[in-house]
Amino acid sequence: MNLLRNNTFLIALVALIVVVPLALPIAESMDEPFGGSDDKAEGVIAEVAPDYKPWFSSIWEPPSGEIESLLFALQASLGTGILAYYIGLRRGMARGAKKD
Amino acid sequence: MHIMEGFLPAAHCVGWAAASAPVVAYGAWRVKKIVEEHPNAKLLLASSGAFAFVLSALKMPSVTGSCSHPTGTGLGAVLFGPSVMAVMGTIVLLFQALLLAHGGLTTLGANVFSMGIVGPFVSYGIYKAVRGAGGSLQAAVFLAATLGDFATYCTTALQLALAFPDPAGGIAGSAAKFLGIFAMTQVPLAIAEGLLTVVVMNLLTRYSEGELKSLNVINQGASA
Repeated sequence: MNLLRNNTFLIALVALIVVVPLALPIAESMDEPFGGSDDKAEGVIAEVAPDYKPWFSSIWEPPSGEIESLLFALQASLGTGILAYYIGLRRGMARGAKKD
Repeated sequence: MHIMEGFLPAAHCVGWAAASAPVVAYGAWRVKKIVEEHPNAKLLLASSGAFAFVLSALKMPSVTGSCSHPTGTGLGAVLFGPSVMAVMGTIVLLFQALLLAHGGLTTLGANVFSMGIVGPFVSYGIYKAVRGAGGSLQAAVFLAATLGDFATYCTTALQLALAFPDPAGGIAGSAAKFLGIFAMTQVPLAIAEGLLTVVVMNLLTRYSEGELKSLNVINQGASA
């Protein structure tokens, strides 16, 4: 198995899955293109249970979209950091073991 | 798949929390046992949680014109068993509820049930079935991660349908509406999660043979 070639191919497929919706003319016909599906579900709740009032609200909310994206980036980079450290460590150990 | 803070009636919040709590507790006990029995797999365990951390932060566009995110729980479910991911899922969901106002504390039990329990258990079941039928590791991991991700979103849709039945069509009627949003949007994203999980598993079979063998993911005798 050619690891690099296989994984490059798989990652290219993922990129395609993400890019295709952006390239299709979906956005033009929508009020809020590419909003969150969670928000859409909230819309359905308002439709089927118009009298429902949320009985608790978040104890803290990011004060702006910038702060929210900061925290999302932090979440993603923390995860990536641990994963990349681990794989790099194991790759180095596998190499070292081969040399001995 | 995040049910927003306050968006489930109190009785539902309590019910889902009661359903999730024992699995999370069992998962915590499993984590402790795995660390004792396979001390060299500690970093891999952390990496499985890290994978869920990354993937659930990535909100990706779908062909439905909505955005949603993968869950990243399939990898850990395959490596360490599903209950371990109930613990990891709880950590991710707590982070997002407290810092991002995504999901919530009242809906934590319901969200843990879909992302930390149903998804990983479906992944684990599919993985075992495909491997048992003689499927390759890659095929089993791809199907496990894809279908586990999809199952999480279907669960969210059904949880909302139970809480908010359609005045005309009842629970089935609103289930159709919520599934229309969550399940449809998730199809391409679940496939993307399956592919990314195979990418990581390919790296692990190359560089972490020892851990995969000690966890019985690949045969003790076989070489990857």
